[in-house]
Amino acid sequence: MTSRHGHSGSPRYGTASPSSRGERLLAFGTYFLTGLVIMPVFAIVIMAIGSSGNLWPHLISTILPRAIATTFQLMVGVGLIVFVVGVSTAWLVTMCRFPGRRWFDLALLLPFAVPTYIIAFSYVELLDYTGPFQSLIRDVFGFKTSRDYWFPEIRSLGGAMFVMGFVLYPYVYLSARASFLIQSACALDVSRTLGAGPFRLFWKVALPLARPAIVVGVTLALMECLNDIGAVSFFGVQTLTFSVYDTWLNRSNLTGAAQIATIMLVFVLVLMFIEYYGRRKQRFHQSTGTYRALPSYELKGMRGWAAVVVCALPIVLGFVLPALLLLSRASRRVEDLFEPALWAAAGNTLWLAGVAAAVSIAISLTLAYRRRLFPSNVTTFLGRVASIGYAVPGTILAVGILFPVAALDNLISESAKALFGFGTGLLLIGSGTALIYAYVVRFLAMSYGQIDGGFGKITPHYDMASRSLGHSAWGTLGRVHMPLMKPVILSATLLSFVECMKELPATLLLRPFNFETLATTVYNAASREAFEDAALPALCIVLVGIIPVIMLAKTSADTFREKRGNKRIPKTTRMVPAE
Amino acid sequence: MKSLLKGIGLAAAGCALGTSAMVASAQAEGEVNVYSYRQPELIQPLMEAFTEKTGVKANVVFAKKGLAERIQAEGKNSPADVLLSVDIGRLQGAKDLGITQPVISDVINNNIPVNLRDADNHWFGLTTRARVIYASKDRVTQDSITYEELADPKWRGRICTRSGQHDYSIGLFASMIANKGEAEAQKWLEAVRDNLARKPTGNDRAQVKSIFAGECDISLGNTYYMGKMQTNTKDPEQKDWAASVRILFPNTEDRGTHVNITGMVLAKNAPNKDNALTLMEFLASDEAQAIYAAKNFEYPVKPGVQTSDLVASWGSFKADSISLSDIAANRTKASEMVDLIGFDNGPSS
Repeated sequence: MTSRHGHSGSPRYGTASPSSRGERLLAFGTYFLTGLVIMPVFAIVIMAIGSSGNLWPHLISTILPRAIATTFQLMVGVGLIVFVVGVSTAWLVTMCRFPGRRWFDLALLLPFAVPTYIIAFSYVELLDYTGPFQSLIRDVFGFKTSRDYWFPEIRSLGGAMFVMGFVLYPYVYLSARASFLIQSACALDVSRTLGAGPFRLFWKVALPLARPAIVVGVTLALMECLNDIGAVSFFGVQTLTFSVYDTWLNRSNLTGAAQIATIMLVFVLVLMFIEYYGRRKQRFHQSTGTYRALPSYELKGMRGWAAVVVCALPIVLGFVLPALLLLSRASRRVEDLFEPALWAAAGNTLWLAGVAAAVSIAISLTLAYRRRLFPSNVTTFLGRVASIGYAVPGTILAVGILFPVAALDNLISESAKALFGFGTGLLLIGSGTALIYAYVVRFLAMSYGQIDGGFGKITPHYDMASRSLGHSAWGTLGRVHMPLMKPVILSATLLSFVECMKELPATLLLRPFNFETLATTVYNAASREAFEDAALPALCIVLVGIIPVIMLAKTSADTFREKRGNKRIPKTTRMVPAE
Repeated sequence: MKSLLKGIGLAAAGCALGTSAMVASAQAEGEVNVYSYRQPELIQPLMEAFTEKTGVKANVVFAKKGLAERIQAEGKNSPADVLLSVDIGRLQGAKDLGITQPVISDVINNNIPVNLRDADNHWFGLTTRARVIYASKDRVTQDSITYEELADPKWRGRICTRSGQHDYSIGLFASMIANKGEAEAQKWLEAVRDNLARKPTGNDRAQVKSIFAGECDISLGNTYYMGKMQTNTKDPEQKDWAASVRILFPNTEDRGTHVNITGMVLAKNAPNKDNALTLMEFLASDEAQAIYAAKNFEYPVKPGVQTSDLVASWGSFKADSISLSDIAANRTKASEMVDLIGFDNGPSS
C-alpha cells in the first residue's frame, strides 16, 4: 500500500526491508491507534444513517443558511484575530528588543489557561447592560434605560469573535514563536546580506518559512471555534454546532443532529485536504547544526512603546480582565476554599488530564514517527484523520464515544461472566477510562500537530547517520529524535494537559458516579445559575492552568537563551555529528 | 523518555486502582444509582433524607444532556436505576427511547394525580413549576395578565426572555400551539418577538436582573427563581432584583397558567430495582414533597402537601389543565417555529 501510493518525491528515511518485525509492529500499531481514535467519529456517521424525519427541508428553509453564514463569519473573524495577534506578538518577542520583552514572552501564553466558556461568561458579566461598565456609563451620564444610549452588544457575533479571538490566539502565538525561534539563522542572515529590511525579511522569508506552523495554530483555533457550544450558546450566536444541539435536544432527533455533525466533518476534511494540497511540495529543514543568535531589531522610543501596547493588549483582554472579575467574585466565597469537594475535584482534574496527556503523546509519537519513516499519502492521511476528533462538537463526540465504549464494556462483562461466572459491570465507563479515551480522541490534534511539526524540523541526515552507525529505527527515535525534540514533547504534553483540564462536555457525560472535576464543578454552579459559586472553581482552573503554561513558556525560553548565548548544540544531543 | 514511560506506567496503574475502587462502589449492596438532569444541589437534600431514612446510599451523576442516551448505550449492564428529569418532553423522550420500565405502585399512584403521570406508568411527575410573568413594581401597574397579551403593541421594547430554544420556552410555546392551533400561535410568537427589548439571552434570573436595571419591564420566568433570589444570603444584591418585581400568574381568568413538571422514571435494566422503587416511593411521599416545596420553592404534586410560606406569598393560581402529553407532542413544532420566525434573533425592526 505504501509503495503504490508513492513517495511523492520525498526520500524514505527508513532503510530497512519492509518485512522487518519492528516495522510491521509499528505499521500495525499505527492502524490500530488511528482506528481507535476515529472509532467515535465512525459511530457518529453510523448514527447519522437513518431517517431524520422531515428535518432537512425544515433546516434548509429556516436556520441552515443562516447557521452556515454565521459559522463562516465567526471562523473568518476569529481566524483573522488569532492570525494577526498571534503572529505579530510572536514576531515582536522573538525578533525585536523592547521594554518588557522577556516578560511578555511568557505572559502572552496566559489566556491559554482560560476556558472559552469562562471568558464568555466573564465578558457578559462585565459588559452586559446590567454589568459594572454600562452601569457606570448610566450613572455618569444620567441615562435611565437602554434606549437612551448606544452600547455594543457583547452577546453577538462580533462579541463571540472578540472573545474567542483573544482567548485562542495563543495557539498561533505558540507555534509561530517556536517556528521563528528555530528558523535557521543562516536563512535570515542570507536575506539580510542580500539587503532585506525587517519588513521584507518578515514577509518574504520568516513568514513563508513559518507558514506550516502558523497554519497548524490557526487550524486548531478554528476547529475550537467550530466545535464550541459554551460561548456561542451564551452569546446566542447560532452556529452549526448550535443547530446540532438544538436538533438533538429540542426535537429529540439524534439522527438529525449526527447528520449535521457529519456534514461539518466533511467540511473540515475538505479544508484539511486543501491546506495539505497547498503545501505538499514544501519542506523546510534545519540543515545545519548551527544555532546562532538570531538577528534582532532594537525598537526605541515610540516604536518600543507601540510594541509594548501590541503585546499587552491581548494579555489584558484575554486574561487580566476576566481573571480580575473571577477574583472579585471568588473573594466572596473564600470559605469554599476549604470544601473537601473542591480539592477532590482538583485532584481528579489533575490525574485525568495527566494520564490523558501522556497517552496522547505516546500515540502522537507513534503516528508521527511512522510518517517520518514511511512518508506517503497514506501515513499523512492517517495522521490527519486521527486529529479530526477536535472538530466534532464535544457532547456529540461524547455520545459517539459512549456507544462503542459501552458496547465494549458489555462485551467484557459478558465474557467475564462466561469465563469466571461474574460480570464486571461497565468497567471502562465506571472507571473513568472512557473519559481518558474521550480526551485523547478530542485533543490528539494538539499533540500530534506539535510532534509531527517537531519531526519535520529535524534533518533526515541525522536519521541516516544514526542508522548507518547501526541504530535501529527505535534506537534512532530514542537516542536521536527524542532528545532533540525534548522541548517539543514537553510543550505538546503541557498543551494537551491544559486542554484536557478545561474539557467539559465529554467529562459531563462520561464521568462515573459521584465524580467531579473542576470543570464540572463550574458547570454545576453555572447550571443552577449561581455564578458566584462558579467563580472559585473557575479561578482554580485558570490557576492550575497557569502552572503548565508557565512551564511551557520557560522551556522554550531556555532554548531561546541557549541560542542567544551562542551555545552550539544542547548537551543531550552531543552524540549527533554536528555537520 | 524513561521518565515519560515511567509516568505512563504509573498513570496506568493509578487508573487500574481507581477502576476497581469505583466499580466496586457502583455495584455494592444497599445503594441506588441515580442519573439526574436536575442539579445535584437541588436533589442533595432529598437524597440525604432518603439515606437517613432507609440506610440506602444514593450515587448521583448529573448532566444536562445525554443521560438518556448514556442509559441506552450502556444497555443491559447499565448501572442506572432511576433517571430524574426536568421537563415533560424529556420524560416522554426517555420512554420513547425505550430505556424505561413501568412501575406499578399503590403508594406512587395514590400520591401523584393521574394527569401528572404517564398512562402506561413509565414516568411520574414530582413537582410542578409555573411559567409566569415577572413585572416591574415601578413601571407596570396592572394586576393581571395573559400570555396572549404579550403580543400587544403596548409592550413594544419592554419584554425580556431567555432563548426561545430553551426547554422552558419550548414548553410554553408548545402549550400555546396545543391551546390555540399552529397558525395563531405563530402569529402570537412573531408579535412577542417584536415586543422584545433585546435578543433573547441569559437565564430566567438574568431577565429579572434586567428589569431591576431598567432594560425591560416584564419578563418570562419560572416561579422558583423568585424564591432563590429572595433567600439568597450569599449574594444579597439578588434580593434587590427580586424586590423590584412582582409575580403575575397569567390567564388565571381563563384556561390557567402554563405549568411544566419535573419527574422520574425507572431505568429498564435497573440493577438495584428494589432500592429504586423505595426511592421512587420516597420521592412521592409527604416528606419528600415537603422538601421540594421548602428547599426548591417548587409546587408539590401530592395534594395536601403545604407549599412554603414564601411560595404562598406569591399568590395562588390556577394551572392550565391541558394534558402534558399534548404539550410534549407539540414540542418539535414549537422548536421549529422558533427557528422559522427567528425568535432568537430578537425584534425584527
